[in-house]
Amino acid sequence: MFWFICQKNFKMKLSNLLQIAIRALQRNKLRALLTMLGIIIGVAAVIAMVAIGQGSKQSIQAQLSSMGSNMITVRPYSNVTVGGGARLDQTGLQTLTLDDIKAIQSQSKYISEVSPAVSARGQVINGNKNWPTQIMGVSADYLKIRDWPLKEGVSFNNENIAAAAKVCLVGQTIVANLFNPGEDPVGKIIRFNKIPFTIIGVLAAKGENAFGSDQDDIILAPYTTVQQRILAIPYIQNIYAASTSANTTDSAVAELTNILRKSHKLKPSDDDDFLIRTMSELINTFSSTSQLLTVLLTAIAAISLVIGGIGIMNIMYVSVTERTKEIGLRMSIGARGIDILMQFLIEAIVISIIGGIIGVLLGIGVSQLISIFLKWPTLISVSSIIISFAVCGITGIFFGYYPAVKASRLDPIEALHYE
Amino acid sequence: MTKKIVEIENLKREFKMGEEIVRALKGISFSVDEGEFVTIMGASGSGKTTLLNILGCLDKPTEGTYLLDGVNIGKLSRNELAKIRNEKIGFVFQSYNLLPRTSAIENVELPLLYNPSVSKSEREKRALVSLEAVKLSDRKDHLPNQMSGGQQQRVAIARALINHPVMILADEATGNLDTKTSYEIMALIQELNQQGKTIVFVTHEPDIASFSGRTITLRDGRIIRDSRNENIKSAKKALAELPVGEEIEG
Repeated sequence: MFWFICQKNFKMKLSNLLQIAIRALQRNKLRALLTMLGIIIGVAAVIAMVAIGQGSKQSIQAQLSSMGSNMITVRPYSNVTVGGGARLDQTGLQTLTLDDIKAIQSQSKYISEVSPAVSARGQVINGNKNWPTQIMGVSADYLKIRDWPLKEGVSFNNENIAAAAKVCLVGQTIVANLFNPGEDPVGKIIRFNKIPFTIIGVLAAKGENAFGSDQDDIILAPYTTVQQRILAIPYIQNIYAASTSANTTDSAVAELTNILRKSHKLKPSDDDDFLIRTMSELINTFSSTSQLLTVLLTAIAAISLVIGGIGIMNIMYVSVTERTKEIGLRMSIGARGIDILMQFLIEAIVISIIGGIIGVLLGIGVSQLISIFLKWPTLISVSSIIISFAVCGITGIFFGYYPAVKASRLDPIEALHYE
Repeated sequence: MTKKIVEIENLKREFKMGEEIVRALKGISFSVDEGEFVTIMGASGSGKTTLLNILGCLDKPTEGTYLLDGVNIGKLSRNELAKIRNEKIGFVFQSYNLLPRTSAIENVELPLLYNPSVSKSEREKRALVSLEAVKLSDRKDHLPNQMSGGQQQRVAIARALINHPVMILADEATGNLDTKTSYEIMALIQELNQQGKTIVFVTHEPDIASFSGRTITLRDGRIIRDSRNENIKSAKKALAELPVGEEIEG
């Protein structure tokens, strides 16, 4: 509407026009309210739908972060054909070594913790109970990387690692399957593939990861112990690392790539012989799914907003016809076409903005009710409020414009004698 | 020399109705001096309404000149005409044309809302003065549907007065009212005229014309009579002489 104000012949005071439009709306409060209804429902729907979409996105992200939000994993990878053209399985690749870990520890700026990892599957036995599970050899930093606290006991220290001590930490699933309820596992000895391990700590429950596998079904031991006493290998299978913060993950990945390539003495023409994965990639994948959900819900809600706008246009058209005589009178006492146009345009904008305010409040209320009664996670985003507000204003201008033009082009003589 | 408010010279207005050209006004000339009270009479089809629309700057002549307060109306654009209507003319209609569900004082203020040079406080002050002039200041917050026809027409007259017009243009302003109430309105108009207001009153009732100082009669688009009224009837007196039995509010 600003191009009108800029026009030279627009000398009307905006405050007067606003007063005229608001008085006109006050004369017919019920109709104004009914006209608003479409906008109210549309905006409320947008706010609530976006809140549901954002809420589910946030809860998925929280779930993924439970796997360790800054976590970076490195595993060996080869595209190079080895011996007679057969590619080797990644467990058969022996490219990652403890020297890599040392290189990372000494050179990296963006990585705060790093841990080697080797793992084996086997049967774990305690007295007459047994359970098939996985033992993973790591350093003490692993728990920090995974953001995984101990429920009781202590973690293993560097001495345990140096000595390849037969100590271990057990997950909650192991506790449930090997011990009687109420029995304290700390200090007990269990056997993994016939090798006795003393339990020195119990891990807190972590639940299922985003893929549905049980994170608590695990035994953690010093990597030296698993390397030497179970697998009898000098290399390591994986590297786990944590970047200094979620924002530095990308820098950390780049840095890690450099360090490993140098450490592996790769020529610039060689492909990487390792593969780096970050949690943020996973988070992005899941986020894009829930983003799609948000877009879908918002699109449906936006349609109802458009329908609300058409409702405004409809009523404004009827209103122009019904108030033809009023328009004639206003013209006869000195209103110009532009004054009439502005009056109806402002009426439409005021209707949609007030409708927008009510709609925002209603949308927030509905989102709260949804989280209270349906227990769905909701997140009210400020941007959705701002956007639906802007859309309201635009809707008012867009759908109010044509009825307003119609009103402004009426012939004063005909309008005055309209019955 | 008295100032001429209206100067009309050989005024013609033609309408195209499909192939046919209808000549509503076939060249009329007259002028109205400041402070005059003129009635324009004529049967329907005489061109009375067309003349009224041109006088009110709602329509422009096809030919001839119309000067209102020295301004040549024929040369103005739509927006300039609106400004003239806002500043120089006070309309009074047959059906009052008050905004419904709007208080008397807000109805009276309306023309000044379209005049950006008048401030809010000035507007409210002048609206009260206008209502005072039609003796309705005690009803300023009443809505049109809470007032009688006569009171509504007085609000409409107050609205016509608020912009200090050079001419009050009344279109059958007593047409919807009973005899007593229309005499009351005529008494008010005569009073305004005595205060110096120029009044042009379009009507088809000879009874009403007898209250004015001059009557212009139209027939078939031409002026057939333009006569001074030597014997102006007083509406106040006529009101007093009404039989008591006719006490019906309009």
